[in-house]
Amino acid sequence: MMKRLKSLDQDLRKHFIGVIVFILVAVILQFVGLDSYINRILNLGLIYVVVSLSMNLVNGFTGMFSLGQAGFMAIGAYAMAVLTMSADLKEKYYLIEPVFPILKQIQLPYLPALLIAGLITAFIGFLIALPVLRLTDDYLAIATLGFAEIILVFIRTQFRITNGALGLKGIPQHENLLLTAALTLVVILFMIFLTRSSYGKALIAIRDDEIAAQAIGINIFRHKVVSFSISSFLAGIGGGMLAALVGTISPVQFQFVLTFNVLLIVVLGGMGRIWGNVIAAIVVTGMLEYLRILDEPINFLFIKTDDGLPGLRMVVFSILLMVVVLIYRQGLFGTTEFSWAGLAKRLRIKRKPKQEVQ
Amino acid sequence: MSFFIQHLINGLSLGSLYALIAIGYTMVYGILRLINFAHGDVFMLGAYLVFYGMIFTPFPWWAVMILAAALTGLFGIVLERLAYAPLRNAPRINVLISAIGASFLMENLAILIFGGRPRAFPVPAFMEHIVRIGRVSFSVVQVIIPVATLLLLLGLTYIIRTTKTGMAMRALSTDYETASLMGININRVISFTFFIGSVLAAVGGILYGCRYPQLIPMMGVMPGIKCFIAAVVGGIGNLTGAVIGGLLLGFSEIMIVGLLPTLNDYRDGFAFVILILILLFKPTGLFGSATKEKV
Repeated sequence: MMKRLKSLDQDLRKHFIGVIVFILVAVILQFVGLDSYINRILNLGLIYVVVSLSMNLVNGFTGMFSLGQAGFMAIGAYAMAVLTMSADLKEKYYLIEPVFPILKQIQLPYLPALLIAGLITAFIGFLIALPVLRLTDDYLAIATLGFAEIILVFIRTQFRITNGALGLKGIPQHENLLLTAALTLVVILFMIFLTRSSYGKALIAIRDDEIAAQAIGINIFRHKVVSFSISSFLAGIGGGMLAALVGTISPVQFQFVLTFNVLLIVVLGGMGRIWGNVIAAIVVTGMLEYLRILDEPINFLFIKTDDGLPGLRMVVFSILLMVVVLIYRQGLFGTTEFSWAGLAKRLRIKRKPKQEVQ
Repeated sequence: MSFFIQHLINGLSLGSLYALIAIGYTMVYGILRLINFAHGDVFMLGAYLVFYGMIFTPFPWWAVMILAAALTGLFGIVLERLAYAPLRNAPRINVLISAIGASFLMENLAILIFGGRPRAFPVPAFMEHIVRIGRVSFSVVQVIIPVATLLLLLGLTYIIRTTKTGMAMRALSTDYETASLMGININRVISFTFFIGSVLAAVGGILYGCRYPQLIPMMGVMPGIKCFIAAVVGGIGNLTGAVIGGLLLGFSEIMIVGLLPTLNDYRDGFAFVILILILLFKPTGLFGSATKEKV
């Protein structure tokens, strides 16, 4: 086994170990038995893994600057909600205007609905990509931000599909950690295969030098559109999973803050890195939850407040994040991909200094 | 006809406000190539400072407003020193994240300190006076806004055209590297740019408060985004462009809502539609100069 493992190239070995560790942790956690709060946070963390990988595909691997992730997640979440809610619930919750009769009768199980939600999002992502990807840099960032905002405007106004600003309740919930982990793993594996394929290499070439990539015959625009569509697909899946986790969705959840959290994960985990991204997603999600204690009444040494200070959590979070960005300019894991071998190597170096090369 | 004039006046006052804020974006972007996401929150700070100034200081309203604008300008300098200056040579995405982080920090600090409840902006009484000419009616503040904007623009043009700092600013936005080799004190010029931009944003915030007298910590977000769009539509880095972009955005918003009231729900989406349309046909904005990447 070890010999086989060593014969693989370093990159593949690292992914292999990563996948094994991921599966082990998921299975162990499942059998340890978690209380529902931790279970929920872990589920949320895994969903953030999916969404941040989708953003990393565009921003980290292809070098485009997109800020539209929350919009695509919203499409996925709403598609998921409409596809899985029962006709009775739809009757009950669409208060302002009734839902379209065709949509009312649809009720699909979790996985097919998730797939369709992803495909719908990918299609809309494709339609958006066609005009928008002619732009670059900051212009692209603002245009994608704009489209995310327009998507939200549509959600708020298309009462017959989305129930407007009231949102939707009673989406059938799926909180099984193992299932979420399995789906996340599929996405991670997909990303690994994509980035190792010639297609992924072409994307990285575009990121590193667009002109050079064009010169060796890569069709830049087509690759960008495909990358953007795949990213939308994954974001839609993530949104769908989110809808099925929380059971309630409304346009407020998909505002720019969400995109920003995801962008933060991508930058902390490293642009164009997979495992760094996975770890960053779970750490950031956990931290955001942990900081909730700040909004509660404080009784610490001399500081004592009767009421909580709403907003303190986000203040601390913003400060932490700015400190991290100011200090670690290349992301928490630096320019190199996080790897178990690298970690081991670093620990070993500390114990005995590296031998001089003769 | 009176309908048209009415909307023209409304559009002019809204457009002038957008123009004031858009200038701050365009100046910073011209020099640092940075979308200053916190600009909209600087706008909010200016309005809040006037609110608290009127409560806690004995000064008359005009003194409070001038003081608030100056303080906000100083705040802009501090913001740049803390959040952007340490990242001068870092990858651009990190600076952008720092900018968004600064924006969130300001919004949440505002919720913490100022409270989340809406506050009533202390509008000087004469500004709310309604003037009626025929069937057209408008408040005094709607006239003050374009006039103030025009005066500030003239002042700004004077600074940029004739003073030494203005020349340094133009040099930096034309060619950052070369200008820094010519002995220009970059940090001072950037601080000055942020000061001017923040003062203009504060004036914008104060006038906005006079026009729509309700203060909330998030009040800067949507105007902030729209004004950045205005700057991009006009061709970012170009002052005339920012003003034209701001006016264009203000007019079209008022006109579309006025002519097609059913579209009112989509109001905040218009700016983005305009942005995307303009960028598709003229990717550098109306007045932007095209730069071609050299191999």
